[in-house]
Amino acid sequence: MKSKIFTTKTLRRNGSIMRSSVRQLHILLFMTLCLCVSAVITNAQIAVKGETVWTMAGEPISNGVVLIKDGKIEAVGTEGQVRIPTNYRVVSAKVVTPGLIDARTVVGLNGYLGQPHDQMAIDRSSSVQPELRAIDAYDARERLVTWLREFGVTTLHTGHQPSALISGQTMIVKTTGNTVEEAMIKQTAMISVALGQSGMGGQGRSPGTRSKAAAMLRAELIKAQESAKKDDPPNDLKGEIMYRVIKGEVPLLVYAERSIDIMTALRIADEFKIKIILEGAADAHMHLDEIKASGFPVILHPTMARSGGDRENLSMETAGKLKAAGIPFALQSGYEGYVPKTRVVLFEAGVAAANGLSRRDALASITIDAARILGIDNRVGSLAVGKDADIALYDGDPLEYATHCIGTIIDGNIVSEVER
Amino acid sequence: MRSILLCCLAVLLFAGATSAQDQAVAFVNARLIPIVGAPIENGTIIVQNGKITAIGPSASVKAPAGADIRDVAGKVIMPGLVDTHSHIGGPAGADSSGPIQPDIRILDSVDVRSPGIQKAQAGGITTVNVMPGSGHLNSGQTLYLKLRDGAGKIDDLLIFDKDGNYAGGIKFANGTNPIRTTGGGFPGTRARSAALVRGQFIKAQEYRDKIKKAGDDASKLPARDLAMEALVEVLDRKRVVHFHTHRHDDILTVLRLQKEFGFRLVLQHVSDAWMVADEIAAAKVPASIIFLDSPGGKLEAKDISGENGAALEKAGVLTGFHTDDGITDSRLFLRSGGLAVRAGMSREKALYALTMANAIMLDLQDRVGSLEVGKDADLIVLSGDPLSVYTHVLETWVEGQKVFDRTNPKDHLLAVGGFRVGESILLDHIYCFDNTLGGGN
Repeated sequence: MKSKIFTTKTLRRNGSIMRSSVRQLHILLFMTLCLCVSAVITNAQIAVKGETVWTMAGEPISNGVVLIKDGKIEAVGTEGQVRIPTNYRVVSAKVVTPGLIDARTVVGLNGYLGQPHDQMAIDRSSSVQPELRAIDAYDARERLVTWLREFGVTTLHTGHQPSALISGQTMIVKTTGNTVEEAMIKQTAMISVALGQSGMGGQGRSPGTRSKAAAMLRAELIKAQESAKKDDPPNDLKGEIMYRVIKGEVPLLVYAERSIDIMTALRIADEFKIKIILEGAADAHMHLDEIKASGFPVILHPTMARSGGDRENLSMETAGKLKAAGIPFALQSGYEGYVPKTRVVLFEAGVAAANGLSRRDALASITIDAARILGIDNRVGSLAVGKDADIALYDGDPLEYATHCIGTIIDGNIVSEVER
Repeated sequence: MRSILLCCLAVLLFAGATSAQDQAVAFVNARLIPIVGAPIENGTIIVQNGKITAIGPSASVKAPAGADIRDVAGKVIMPGLVDTHSHIGGPAGADSSGPIQPDIRILDSVDVRSPGIQKAQAGGITTVNVMPGSGHLNSGQTLYLKLRDGAGKIDDLLIFDKDGNYAGGIKFANGTNPIRTTGGGFPGTRARSAALVRGQFIKAQEYRDKIKKAGDDASKLPARDLAMEALVEVLDRKRVVHFHTHRHDDILTVLRLQKEFGFRLVLQHVSDAWMVADEIAAAKVPASIIFLDSPGGKLEAKDISGENGAALEKAGVLTGFHTDDGITDSRLFLRSGGLAVRAGMSREKALYALTMANAIMLDLQDRVGSLEVGKDADLIVLSGDPLSVYTHVLETWVEGQKVFDRTNPKDHLLAVGGFRVGESILLDHIYCFDNTLGGGN
């Protein structure tokens, strides 16, 4: 991998590619630069100009300007409407969008190497571990966090992977900061539940069947229900968090790919009157009516996910069908066991746009619609006055293969200027 | 009853298709990207008897009388894509009995009814190198296939040379995949891996010498050894080595082996190509690369770069792309070209790397990889720019037969996915064809 200080452009200009003998030095230089960037360009006053500005809060603006002050969006409008003060640094791009939101990933808990020491999104000692917090396992400096940031992704809903019946908690972070605390938006976002093959215990441990999985999940919810009836929050870590689930404070993020698992998820949500978000949902195209009637949103599998197993029936057209049915949905990079270690939601949205989703709706699925599902649309997801200044800059149609992300801004700080 | 009717319909359609082979098909008013030669803005291409018979500007190329004329104005036509590295058809090569198994033929394990093959057609792939995996230093002989329609047996997909031999290479791998701690003759280190491979090649040289010495005296011939026979084909430069290799030092090890034994070589994956592009160029060896959406996932791919394409192009290496399906999806093979351009490769070389470069690597450059008169009529009709995310493969043609049509609901499902796309729908389809071919099940 080239050092990040060499953009593709400089690579071509220099006419030579970095040699391994000097690689270490370059990595050092890069790290130093990174630190400098986040240290120096802090809360600067910036004017972002775009030939097209997708605010996601209305029609795209031609020749638009976004003013940033103290980390927040100060003004949005056309060049005619918004006067750029002389002391503002001006940054220009062909296309400007809100910072992208990956509505479901495991990045930061799982690292890019794919080795046991950097894979922390699943603990296999038990099938039911809702007490596991994502904050205790997130590496803010993980290379995949940087990788996603360089494509314009500014917010991650990340956490424990859907590889156990209840694998743990998820959280919402910005793709910035040197510590998880600096990155944090929401410490406890959801609880990851997996139905179907992925939720099986394995090695003789329950659940071993779909019915057993449902029975175990119901048993946990009944326990929580009884505490709730007594209005008595349990004094143990597992009980505490399940109590918050039954109280409706923390939703279950239910990984359900097959028809049968989607229906089980809806049945259990209805039985316990809890909030769920469906994730994966490869068979959602067969249950548009039921999902719509439930009112629950879907964080859909990556458009380019591999079909097979519980995902045998997935379709690149499902995003378009969810949109047409009026079901709120967002796209995810999801969990990958092998390569690529993470997907990039920008790419997934592009292929969805080629398969039945409008470009605008494709962008919405990785910005404002994702923010709404995650309950953070008061802060991110669109370019509107008062919101966090999280912005992505592109040299063309963001969804197109050969377009580059040329800059990323988080909380008013320019956190990436490479060409990706 | 319904399926019988469907089958009857299929018989009729198939019969029609067969006679259509003799009939010329003229695609008119398309943007043609022949790969060899400049694009033709308003072009006509004519195919007949499975071959390309004419190509040029519509003003100068006239369809013969009686031709099936297809107006494809606004569409783009380019050669069928060639994939140098795929695992469609669920092939299972070498087993756990040892690290080097050149006697294994992937021919004996490809499921021609696998939906993966139809999905590859949907992605515009017409020629593919189906390989065994990389868990061995040598996992067996590979197979170059034409993705013809209605195959009931592997013979229906083979590519034969003028002597009647079917085309294929042989798969080697180094790096961590073949390393096993379980013993059983498998290597535990990189140096052991190289030593084991060298040892086998030296054995093959001796086997070849014995055959040479025996001359016409059959009694002096060594006992037949299937593994040695395959390696002798490699030493005689008749069988191309496809070498799975990721890390920069592993790539150089492959080049060292190639220099020592003189075999013909295609580097496969080559994740660190950007670090050793000049060395690859100096060895005059082609490279087939893959594009992943992020680095890592395994240690050897931690430095994989989208800029491999640009770096190899700059160094002057013959560069192709592959899907490694199921690592990446055959239906999205064109995307590799888009990502290559995103990371600095020229459009021309990216399109070349999806077609002609791969044809050269498979020794099929006289038959596929470009739109030229006399070549196989393998082409794809696209809705627009081949390197745009919004472009779809509309039709795929192999040897003058349409094998994929996006307007056909079944084919559309194959292209995008849906309920049991891989299973019942297709099996119906194939069984019908199979009956017409008298294959049975």
